[in-house]
Amino acid sequence: MLSAIVFLPLAGAIIIGLLVRPARWVRYVAATVAVADLALAIWAFVLFDTSVPQGLQMVERADWISAFRIQYFLGVDGLSMPLVLLTALLGMCAVFASWHIQERVREYFVWLLVLQTAVTGVFVAQDFILFFIFWEMELVPMYLLISVWGTGRRENSAMKFVAFTFLGSAFMLAAILVVFFSVHSFDMEALATAGLGRLLVPTRVVFLFFFLAFAIKLPVWPVHTWLPDAHTDAPTAVSVMLAGVLLKMGGYGLIRINLGMFPQEAATLGGPMMALAVISVLYGAMVVFRQSDLKRLVAYSSVSHMGFVLLGISSVGAAARGVLNPVGLNGAALQMFSHGVITGLLFLLVGLVYERAHTRHIPHLGGLASRMPFIATVFLIAGLASLGLPATSGFVAEFLVFVGTFRVAAWPTALAAFGVVLAAGYILWMIERSLFGPQVARHEGVTDASLVDAVPMVALVIAIVAVGLYPAVLTNVFSAGLGPIIARFGP
Amino acid sequence: MIPEPAVWAIILLPLGSLALIAFVIRPFFNRAARLSGYITILALLGSLALSGWALKSALGHEGPIGFTLHPWLTLGGPTSATGFTFRVGLLLDPLSAIMLVVVSGVSLMVQVYSQGYMRGDPGYSRYFAFMSLFTASMLGLVLARNLIMLYVFWELVGLCSYLLIGFWYHRPAAAAAAKKAFIVTRLGDFGFLLALLYLYFHRASFVAAGLDPFDIADLHRAVATGAIGGMVVTWLAVGVFAGAAGKSAQFPLHVWLPDAMEGPTPVSSLIHAATMVAAGVFLVARLYPVFVASQMAMNVVAVIGGFTALFAATMGLVMNDIKRVMAYSTVSQLGYMMLALGVGAPVAAIFHLFNHAFFKCLLFLGAGSVNHATGTFNMQFMGGLRRVQPWTYATVLVAGLSLAGIFPLSGFWSKDEVLVAAWRGGTAFSQVVFWLAMAAVFLTAFYAFRMMFLTFHGQFRGGVEAEQGGHASGEHRVHLAESPAVMVFPMVVLGIAAVVSGFLANPVVDLGPIPKHWFAEFLGGALGETHPQKTSLGVAVVSMLVALGGIGLAWAMYGTRVLSPQRVGRALRPLHTLLTQRYYMDHLYERAIVSRGFYKGACQALEKFDDNFVDRAVNMVGWFSRNTGHSVRRLQTGQVQLYGVGIVLGIIVILAVYLIGQ
Repeated sequence: MLSAIVFLPLAGAIIIGLLVRPARWVRYVAATVAVADLALAIWAFVLFDTSVPQGLQMVERADWISAFRIQYFLGVDGLSMPLVLLTALLGMCAVFASWHIQERVREYFVWLLVLQTAVTGVFVAQDFILFFIFWEMELVPMYLLISVWGTGRRENSAMKFVAFTFLGSAFMLAAILVVFFSVHSFDMEALATAGLGRLLVPTRVVFLFFFLAFAIKLPVWPVHTWLPDAHTDAPTAVSVMLAGVLLKMGGYGLIRINLGMFPQEAATLGGPMMALAVISVLYGAMVVFRQSDLKRLVAYSSVSHMGFVLLGISSVGAAARGVLNPVGLNGAALQMFSHGVITGLLFLLVGLVYERAHTRHIPHLGGLASRMPFIATVFLIAGLASLGLPATSGFVAEFLVFVGTFRVAAWPTALAAFGVVLAAGYILWMIERSLFGPQVARHEGVTDASLVDAVPMVALVIAIVAVGLYPAVLTNVFSAGLGPIIARFGP
Repeated sequence: MIPEPAVWAIILLPLGSLALIAFVIRPFFNRAARLSGYITILALLGSLALSGWALKSALGHEGPIGFTLHPWLTLGGPTSATGFTFRVGLLLDPLSAIMLVVVSGVSLMVQVYSQGYMRGDPGYSRYFAFMSLFTASMLGLVLARNLIMLYVFWELVGLCSYLLIGFWYHRPAAAAAAKKAFIVTRLGDFGFLLALLYLYFHRASFVAAGLDPFDIADLHRAVATGAIGGMVVTWLAVGVFAGAAGKSAQFPLHVWLPDAMEGPTPVSSLIHAATMVAAGVFLVARLYPVFVASQMAMNVVAVIGGFTALFAATMGLVMNDIKRVMAYSTVSQLGYMMLALGVGAPVAAIFHLFNHAFFKCLLFLGAGSVNHATGTFNMQFMGGLRRVQPWTYATVLVAGLSLAGIFPLSGFWSKDEVLVAAWRGGTAFSQVVFWLAMAAVFLTAFYAFRMMFLTFHGQFRGGVEAEQGGHASGEHRVHLAESPAVMVFPMVVLGIAAVVSGFLANPVVDLGPIPKHWFAEFLGGALGETHPQKTSLGVAVVSMLVALGGIGLAWAMYGTRVLSPQRVGRALRPLHTLLTQRYYMDHLYERAIVSRGFYKGACQALEKFDDNFVDRAVNMVGWFSRNTGHSVRRLQTGQVQLYGVGIVLGIIVILAVYLIGQ
């Protein structure tokens, strides 16, 4: 099951690359593969049994390189499962968002599908080496997608993205190797449940190595500057994947590895982590106000919103002080999903606007709501979700983060919660300037969304509202996976 | 007793109307947009009928009716101090029952009127869809038993006001006003949010007593039993009040409401009467036991309310836009309600809310009707309309008298109760706010009749054509005639309510079916105010005389022009400028704080920092590694001899380190 979800896009990529000759069929094959993958992921999500208190489900395990005890080991727990679903959902949206790509279509879809395999793999791999391979595998398609199909200073941005991630990966590899040579195992589940014991290098150093790798991905201030560049110059679908799922790899790593394997260190370093989170939230939000490019605006808002993820993660550390607090971490996990669908949708819409108005420069936009009511409506919904309006997923996630963290650290949380007020400011201002106001003559001919464009929009709006109205559908799954991790912080 | 599904239906009917319009009418039957109006009205009729049933049930029931709680989101153990539980449920008590009737009744009237006012607007369906959601959210807010649920509806009310104020989004002023309303109220909501977080912070105290911190009934119990107390309650109340002040447009968060005029007039009417601004007063009344437990919080509420009542009224004196006069009037009247809450008279506050809902709604509908005829909202270009619009004139006159607090109209009864409560409040604060409120009575009567004289008396001054120098566009035309029946009918209904609601709901003598002090007895029990306010003839007479004085001055200045308004304005020029500039508060907020301090100051500094420092530091690392690469590359000469030297040197160094280490 899991192998199928992971490798179906890769198989699709190979088929497209080798077999599908007429270029116009390519997008149909890609769409079929993406929809099938989503169907599989939904099926797996339904099959996932939340009543099992802990441990992995749907495990697939085989010896791979036995000399180094490397295994082919896949499995999902409550933390992975929603993220797999998210990846499949956004993967499908990315394919539909790429419908109008004209240049080197076959290669484009090949790389897009490879990307999906890589990211899904990260969320289900339970062997460190396998995890690392998937982690690195994602770089190749990303580099090519940005630098070939991007816009603006695309080579530069692609290189910046790769350089940053590489820097983090180097530290992560070092950390993985330290762990292996200390305890002779790559088995992530066993390492987490049994505890690491004494390592060759001080545990804190290993913790920080991992933290750096994931913080870059999340991204956390001050290692966030690759994000606006990469987003701005990436093609729409790649921005969707980047904001929607790639950033979640950082949050996932922090929870699975930094919290799951190093509870002591996570508890001690909870304070600094929280400080970084608060800075990311407020700093990101304030820089957003100055952005005049729609994509850069949404990108910086991601820095702010992913700060809430780190905030929730950092709240668990206080467990060491005797208060086991599941709420903040559950909020952080939910925020990852929520940010994925909301920001994915926002980038999708920015792409649609750009495709039609041929500019993302906000002062050149305006009055679009009259020309494209459907796009404008969905844009408004996505924006409101992003500013945390109740009845959308954004509210539930942020509220849970605040509730959980406030108990532990009231003042930092209050500061971070002000980010929500700032979000209302920049989102509504952006909407006012780009969609409202009198019609602009240069946008005379723009049209509303086509049916193909509407598919991902509707899918994501449904996800946002469904989670917003009945969050238990996700939190029940998340808390099944997060429970054991939180329990490790117990006395 | 009303069954639970019927109570849910009060909320779900207008929600269903929204869904039907958004997913069926708009996409498939947009030609038959009039259907949207009918659907909305039908849904609200249903809600009103069910609200009546709910009121009847609440009357026949001792204490609040708490319906089943439905677990919605649970994390951790439901009874553990660190878990999280959110249970959805409804709470029907006298307070919510009365609010239900007011909200659904007023909204129904507004929708009937809107059919005429919005006729032919391209966004007709969208308008009724938003209005349905607006009403549903307010009804949900009123019925919520859980504070998180209340907060959800609270924000949805804010959303709908955003959507409706910015209904004509192609007008830059409308889009800006919508944004302003949302952001300013969200600033207040930030306090409400912190109050909720703070409540959860003390979850352990609740759980120990077997209570749920977010459950409103449990919160009341916790305060009553002392499970929480002291500064905890004060902070809680202050946070909640910040939210209430934002929604109810209390100083210093009042700035959004006058700008909210940019929406269609029936929207303003609904916002100012039964939804949105009423939510703040309702919230304080809903959590009244929390406020009572903290004298400090009560004083804050009383002083902010009293100050706002006077402060807003002064600005109402000089506005020329008829809707702006009303807007400041609403801010001022909400101040009365808040001050009543603050001096310990929640019944008077809700009673005033109840009466105010009818006459203020009517005043706005009247303004819309006047606009229908003249094409403008600027009173400078109106005048003499009583002859062409007799129905509008008569109903607005009733509402104006009621607003001014003239016996025996509804406004008199509730305003009098508020004043008496402040008079008898017994603290220094209540004495101060009494005089503030009394001064506001004079100003209220003055601006209400300034509006009456400028609009309906004297000679017609040309309407929109004169305003725009004879270049009236097609959208706005002078069309001097009474508004259609569909608009006049709701005004008459509301006019009757404005006459009788005060006396009939809370009569001072037994009236057969309605016992003496019915409203106060019914509501007082629920709000912990068991002894109905004693009326005070002295206060009533004085406030009447003061109000008549205000009317007299207005008549002198704008009716007979014995006193020239221009001369008065010139004589008091600095004051006049200060008032027309609205005390420069919008100036301060928008230009000084947001634009200069925040946007051009802090944000720009951070942006520069991000570009020049953080990003450059990163590029420096890249530059450094590349240059290191360049320098080190020179060593790779390919000459074996050089490598050999290197190896030998290396071995020597290692040996040296080893030996020294020994």
